[in-house]
Amino acid sequence: MSGGRDVNAIDRALGRWEGTASRRDFLKSSGLFVFGLSALGAAAEGLAAQPAADGPYPDPDFLQLDSWLVVHEDGSATFYVGKTDGGQGTGTATRQMMCDELDIAFDRATVVMGRTDLTVDQGGSGGSDAIERDAMVGRHIAAEARRVLLEMASERFGVPVEELRVSEGVISLLSDPSRTVTYGELIGGRRFDVALTGANINQTAGVASIKPVQDLKLVGQSIPRYDIPAKVDGSFEWAVDVNLPGMVHARNVRPPFAGATLTGVDESSVSGMPGFLRLVREGNYVAVVCEREEQAIEAAEGLAVTWEKPATAPFPASYDLFDYLRSAEPEPNQGGRWAAEVEGDPDAALASAATVVEAAYDVPFQGHTAIGPAHALADPSDGQMTIYTNDMKPYSHRTGIAEFLGMPPERVRVIWMEGPQLYGRTAADDAGFEAAYLAKELGRPVRVQWMRHEETAWDTKGPAFAIDLRGGLDADGNLVALDYQGRIANYAHVGYNQARTVLIAQLMGLRPERPAPGGAGGPDAMYHVPNRREETRAVRLPLVFETPLRTGNLRDPNGPQITFAAESFVDELAAAADADPVEFRLRLLRRATDDDEIFRRARSIAVVEAAAKAYGWDARPSPARVGSGRLLTGRGIAYAYRARTTVAVIAEVEVDRETGEVRVPRMVCAHDCGLVINPDGLENTIQGNLLHGISRTLYEEVRFDTEKVTSIDWRSHPTLTHRDAPERIDVVVVNGDPNPDRPDLRPYGAGEPSHKPVPAAIANAVHDATGVRMRRLPLRPERVLAELQAAGI
Amino acid sequence: MRETTLTVNGKTHTVDVDPATPLLYVLRNDLGLRGPRFGCGLAQCGTCTVLMDGRPIRSCILPVSRTRGEITTLEGLPEDGKLHPVQQAWIDEQVPQCGFCQNGQILTAAAMLDTNSNPSDEEIRRGMSPILCRCMTYFRIQSAVKRAAAAMAETEVDR
Repeated sequence: MSGGRDVNAIDRALGRWEGTASRRDFLKSSGLFVFGLSALGAAAEGLAAQPAADGPYPDPDFLQLDSWLVVHEDGSATFYVGKTDGGQGTGTATRQMMCDELDIAFDRATVVMGRTDLTVDQGGSGGSDAIERDAMVGRHIAAEARRVLLEMASERFGVPVEELRVSEGVISLLSDPSRTVTYGELIGGRRFDVALTGANINQTAGVASIKPVQDLKLVGQSIPRYDIPAKVDGSFEWAVDVNLPGMVHARNVRPPFAGATLTGVDESSVSGMPGFLRLVREGNYVAVVCEREEQAIEAAEGLAVTWEKPATAPFPASYDLFDYLRSAEPEPNQGGRWAAEVEGDPDAALASAATVVEAAYDVPFQGHTAIGPAHALADPSDGQMTIYTNDMKPYSHRTGIAEFLGMPPERVRVIWMEGPQLYGRTAADDAGFEAAYLAKELGRPVRVQWMRHEETAWDTKGPAFAIDLRGGLDADGNLVALDYQGRIANYAHVGYNQARTVLIAQLMGLRPERPAPGGAGGPDAMYHVPNRREETRAVRLPLVFETPLRTGNLRDPNGPQITFAAESFVDELAAAADADPVEFRLRLLRRATDDDEIFRRARSIAVVEAAAKAYGWDARPSPARVGSGRLLTGRGIAYAYRARTTVAVIAEVEVDRETGEVRVPRMVCAHDCGLVINPDGLENTIQGNLLHGISRTLYEEVRFDTEKVTSIDWRSHPTLTHRDAPERIDVVVVNGDPNPDRPDLRPYGAGEPSHKPVPAAIANAVHDATGVRMRRLPLRPERVLAELQAAGI
Repeated sequence: MRETTLTVNGKTHTVDVDPATPLLYVLRNDLGLRGPRFGCGLAQCGTCTVLMDGRPIRSCILPVSRTRGEITTLEGLPEDGKLHPVQQAWIDEQVPQCGFCQNGQILTAAAMLDTNSNPSDEEIRRGMSPILCRCMTYFRIQSAVKRAAAAMAETEVDR
């Protein structure tokens, strides 16, 4: 079977085992616990770890080897991973790493991801940590399994482990290679029954050590992703595809104005429609349920419903947003990881600086606007609740839904299946909560899907920022002081599937005890600045709950916004110092003399140098002499780090002086994420990060008036298209570790870091091309044209 | 509700639905096809693309009663059990990330190469631009279209 999953087959198989024996009983017994279900594919094989009679869906115990890894009778293996793959190939990469440690061929293993009843709780996705942290745990697990198998073979042959060798799941005697035993013969279909240690799941390990990098065979290879063939031939089963017997369809009816109160619903307006089953109303939450999908859409559109606007405007209009952010009284800084950071005496240093540069930057709310809107299917059969969803954090989805419904968590399970991207949107997936609520109400499986206008208006937003910067240069052009003051509109950030923060709960009038106070860190480059202050404070918009401007994590949360300001400002300082932007950055990086335990300073210098070299950067101050033709060309650099990865991006732009249109024909990205697991997968991920960054830089902006969000589809919230993609992208993989061949070289995160510097690199390139500094995203043509005209370009 | 007959991937189906039902829901919910997916319902993104007599159309807005000729979905693109060269190129170039939009990308590319076997870079950009991808796999898609065009030209020569 291909990479897709056949849920019906899983359900058929489930029927065989539900209630027959508990997971605990499996662990107590010594008999077979892996059944002959391999024909059903990867997910079905996971049924080994199936339900308990006294608690239907207990948590798999992360301190048991059997919870992570099963070797089947034919010697193949299944890895149970508590992560979700957003399309960056983390499943394939994890499989490479675990196969390498276990010593089996890549095609002899399958990976089951993100099923709360089958996979240990590694939290799902987020923070670019799948490979950096969680797959490293997987390596330890697989290494431990290999150790145990070698000990079993040692006992069988009566020779010490040192006299054995392993190759692709076959153990042989060094002295007599004809004497062999396979993994399948040693343990196939039986449990290891080996306890692991670890204070928490991220530290789980056995006795075995992991292999030195030099002994890894699959790691470092561009192995094709296992999920792609089924995604290309149409057989892949997504969360949107699950179809259960008796399933019905629901659509939501959203308030037409933010903060509106429902004053009346006329059920008779839809009750005669074909297929109509139920109108569900609770507080300001309204949904219709029909037999067929198109019937539910029609009923939701046709429902006669009246709303009352709130007494005060829920938010300022988007064109007034930045004035509002700067003039409103911000919330008190909550400290902690978002405390103000101060080094030296920035005010005194600014007062005595030879040159002071000041600039203000604005970044609007930006949506996730996933290519497919939110969706989920919930099945309330047998007094349990099963949710089929693309929520990237299935474990908190489960506990959040259990709390929301008032059900014990062990009676709720979440089956993650792939969906349209994730990037933070599905860290608080509304549709799963809605489907579960409606399924409980109707007592039958209910599928919910949002419509496009609903998704684009009501999805979680990356927060808007207003950032003011001051910098002081001494007489030699050295940066002596930096003052960063940010304002962020993320008060009441939605969080991760908490029962009272999802949209349905808020519309029902359920509230968290207190809203998340909001805040953000500052720019965290490795630049050495002797006198520095960084502070960000959250600003509260009038409507806190039930708002379409609720904020959630959006790819590299806050990073592109902060870095747009910070790295644009570094270029402004370089220009004031009449310095080349690359040279100016290297000077700032080299001025520090100490480094951290992962050599971030050295690796930062390495990526800036590598990007400049790959681009063919000619050192000179920006801007270039402005050309005389219609298309003005320039280049800009920006540098950043995230998830222990360092990255430098150079963008080349063409600016049309007659239309204000900006194009990015070429990009270079130098990227140091330590040990590379799958070079082709890494390149694809970086390309996506860069292009997504171009889209956010040039096009994406949530627009709203004082009543509602007005950007509601692909016309009003445009995205990058084929025509805007760069013609050339150079990805330069860097290993800037002072000891690049170290046997314990680790992988660092790659899912997001290269997204971070893109807006600044493009804005710096526009400045280089035109001499005009764009300080507000996105760089839409009318905005660029106005600045060009103001500057007489 | 009314009976409507349509031909999909070489098979004839009769469904009893409201004739105004967009083709997409019939393909997905009545015929159990997974290739075309809902993206916008507004004919703006292309995720729901299917071929009608070889031409790409947006199944999210086409009433099932107005379906004419032969409908081909992603599942129907392979011939004689062999992937279409465009599908093969998508694997060879490792195009997809999440993959949700790739149905529209693949079918649009296949239809484009059907009428223009050797498109220029600009023609590829223009021809593919109506199909959106939020993982932004455009760069690889364009490489894959070129690879598919080359593979199809080679097959042509072999014949």
